[in-house]
Amino acid sequence: MRLSQGKTLFEKVWETHLVAEEPGAPAVVYIDLHLVHEVTSPQAFTGLAARGLKVRRPERTKATMDHSTPTRKSSDGRFVFVDEQNRAQLEVLRANCEAHGIELFALGDARNGIVHVVGPELGLTHPGMTIVCGDSHTSTHGAFGALAFGIGTSQVEHVLATQCLLHARPKTFRVTFEGAPGPGVSAKDLILALIARIGVGGATGHVLEYAGPAIEALDMEGRMTVCNMSIEAGAKAGMIAADDKTFAYLEGRERAPKGADFAAAVDRWRGLVSDADASFDRELTIDAASLVPRLTWGTNPGMGVGIDEPVPDPATLSDVQAKEATQKALAYMGLEAGKPLLGREVDVVFIGSCTNSRISDLRAAAQIFEGRKVASGLRALVVPGSHEVKKQAEAEGLDRVFVEAGAEWREPGCSMCIAMNGDEIGPGQVAVSTSNRNFEGRQGKGGRTLLASPYTAAAAAVTGKVTDPRTLLSR
Amino acid sequence: MEPFRPFSARLVPVVVDDVDTDQIIPARFLKVTDKVGLGQKLFSDWRYEADGSPKPSFPLNDSRYAGAQILLSGHNFGCGSSREHAPWSLVDYGLRAVIATSFADIFKGNALKNGLLPIELEPAHHAALRARLEADPSVEVKVDLDAQTITLPDGTTSSFPVDPFAKRMLLEGVDELGYLLAREPAIAAFEASRG
Ligand code: SF4
Repeated sequence: MRLSQGKTLFEKVWETHLVAEEPGAPAVVYIDLHLVHEVTSPQAFTGLAARGLKVRRPERTKATMDHSTPTRKSSDGRFVFVDEQNRAQLEVLRANCEAHGIELFALGDARNGIVHVVGPELGLTHPGMTIVCGDSHTSTHGAFGALAFGIGTSQVEHVLATQCLLHARPKTFRVTFEGAPGPGVSAKDLILALIARIGVGGATGHVLEYAGPAIEALDMEGRMTVCNMSIEAGAKAGMIAADDKTFAYLEGRERAPKGADFAAAVDRWRGLVSDADASFDRELTIDAASLVPRLTWGTNPGMGVGIDEPVPDPATLSDVQAKEATQKALAYMGLEAGKPLLGREVDVVFIGSCTNSRISDLRAAAQIFEGRKVASGLRALVVPGSHEVKKQAEAEGLDRVFVEAGAEWREPGCSMCIAMNGDEIGPGQVAVSTSNRNFEGRQGKGGRTLLASPYTAAAAAVTGKVTDPRTLLSR
Repeated sequence: MEPFRPFSARLVPVVVDDVDTDQIIPARFLKVTDKVGLGQKLFSDWRYEADGSPKPSFPLNDSRYAGAQILLSGHNFGCGSSREHAPWSLVDYGLRAVIATSFADIFKGNALKNGLLPIELEPAHHAALRARLEADPSVEVKVDLDAQTITLPDGTTSSFPVDPFAKRMLLEGVDELGYLLAREPAIAAFEASRG
C-alpha cells in the first residue's frame, strides 16, 4: 500500500497514455512519437507487408538516416559509401517511407542527423510525450520530461501498425545529484559516475528520474547527455522534470507549438514534475561536488574510474565473477592491474555520437583544441550530430579550430560510435571516445574504447595520452 | 509462431557476465534488411579468428557441445542495444533457450517475441547447473515452459519466473501484434478522447 498521494513524473506520463489495462496482460500504451532509422526498421516493414497492414498514424512517425550514412564527401560533393550494403539499407528506408507516407530526413537533407539529436532539435520532442524508437538511446528524449525508450524491431512493427505498445509498468528510481560539479566536470562525468556506482544492470526494470541541483543547473544538452546513457545502467528510460530551460529550448523550434498554442502547452507542461510527496521504488544520492573527470577503463560502461584513480586490481576482489570479469576486461584493454590511466597513450579520439555531438559539446572540445595541435600520430575525428549542429558550428568557426588543430571535420551521423559506415578504429588501437559504449569491438573489431567527456577526449587528442582536461582549461 | 512445447536438449556454456548485444552480433552485421543467415554471425568476434577460421577454444566450436539448443550464460545477459538481430541470430543458430541469472530488459522482450525462452535461475541453481555441465558436457536438460521448470536427468528440478502474458503467447504460439490489433476499438476511443 502506498501511503502518499503524490505522483512521480513517470506516473503522470504513464497514466495519461494508458489505452487499456486488462487482467493478465501488460498495459496497452499509446505512443505519441515514433522515430525510425534504417537499421532496425526494414524487417518491421516487411512484417507489416506480410500481414497486409498499413502504418496507422504516419504523421506520428518520423524517419532519419544515421547509422549507415557516410561522413565523408568526395571533392565533387558526393557522399562516399564504403559498402554497397549501407547504401542499400538507406534505399530500403526511403522506399518504405514513400510507400507509407512517412516523413524522412534523408541523407544530405538539412534536417538530417542522428535520430536523438534531430528529434529535440526540430522541436518534435515535447514534455509529457511517449516516444519510442528501435534504438536503445531513445532515453535521450527523457531530458524533456518525456517517457522515451528503445524497442526491438517486433515492437517497431507493433507501433507502426497500432500506434501502441504492450508494456508492463516499470518501477521508479530517483537519483539526486547534490552540489555543483567543479570546472571541467560535465554531464558525461555525472552519468558515468552513476553507472560505475550501480553497474550496467543496476537500474534494470526501472525508469530513472534525475533530480537535484546539479541536474537543474545543466542546460538541455547536458540533460540529454545524462538521459542518453540511462540504458547503460540497464534502465528502461531516464527522465528529467521539465522547467523553464526546457520551455526556452523548445520555443521557436520548427515543430514546437507556436504562439497561443505554445503558451497553452507550457501551462500543461509545468505540471510535469514529481510531486513533493511522491514515492519512488528506489532512491540514491550522489555528491556532484566531489566528482572529477571520469573515464571508463574496461569493456562495459560500468567499468569506470575518476581520472586520478588507478584501474582495479583483480587480486583485491573477493567475488569470483567480478574478479574474472575484471581480468578479462584488463586483458582485452591491454591494461595493467592497479595502474593509473593517466598518461596512457591514445591512438584515436572520437568526438561525436548522440551522447556528445551537440553544439555545446563541440564548443567544450574547441576550448581545448583552440591554439593547440593534435598530437603527432594521433587521429582525431569530430562528427557533428546533425546538419543543424554542423551549420551552427561552422557559423561560430569551430570547424576551423578543429581543422587547424589537425582534426577531421566530418558530415553528421553515428560514425565511429558504432562503426557501421567505415569510420572505425583498428585492432588493438586505443580510442578516447565521447560515445556511450565501450563494448569489445564496438568502435571497430579489436578496438579499445575509453569513454569520456568532450573535454577529456579533446585533452587526449592534443596531448596524445590520457590527460586531466582541467590542466588544459586553467591556462 | 509454433506453440512452445517441452523439449530436452544439451547445453553450451558461454558463462560470462554482462554479455552485450555487440558480442552476440557485432554491428557490422546489422546492414542486412532481412533475418537470413544471422546464426553464422552469432558471437562472431569470440568465435572466429581474424582469418575467419573457428577459434577452437570457443565453446560454440567445441565438438563436446555440438547440437546444443540451450545457451548457459552469466548475469545480465543481452545488455546494450535494442537490436533484435541478437535473438534472431541465437534462434537462427538453433538455440531455443538461454539460461542466465538475469537478463537485460529489451533483450528479454525481444527474445520472448521470437520464441527464444530466457530462463532466469537463482544463482545457487545456476552454479549447480554450471558444475554439472562441466562434469558432463553431454548432459541434457528438459525445459517445460508450462510448469516453468528445467529438469536434469537425475530429477533435479529448478523453477524459473516468466511473465504470465508472454507465457500464454508462447504456449499458444500467438504473437503480440494479434493481441494489439484486437484492441482497435480501445485505441480508436483513446485517440478520439484526446481530440
Ligand atoms: S550515435 Fe551511437 S548510440 Fe547514438 S544512435 Fe547512433 S549508433 Fe546509437
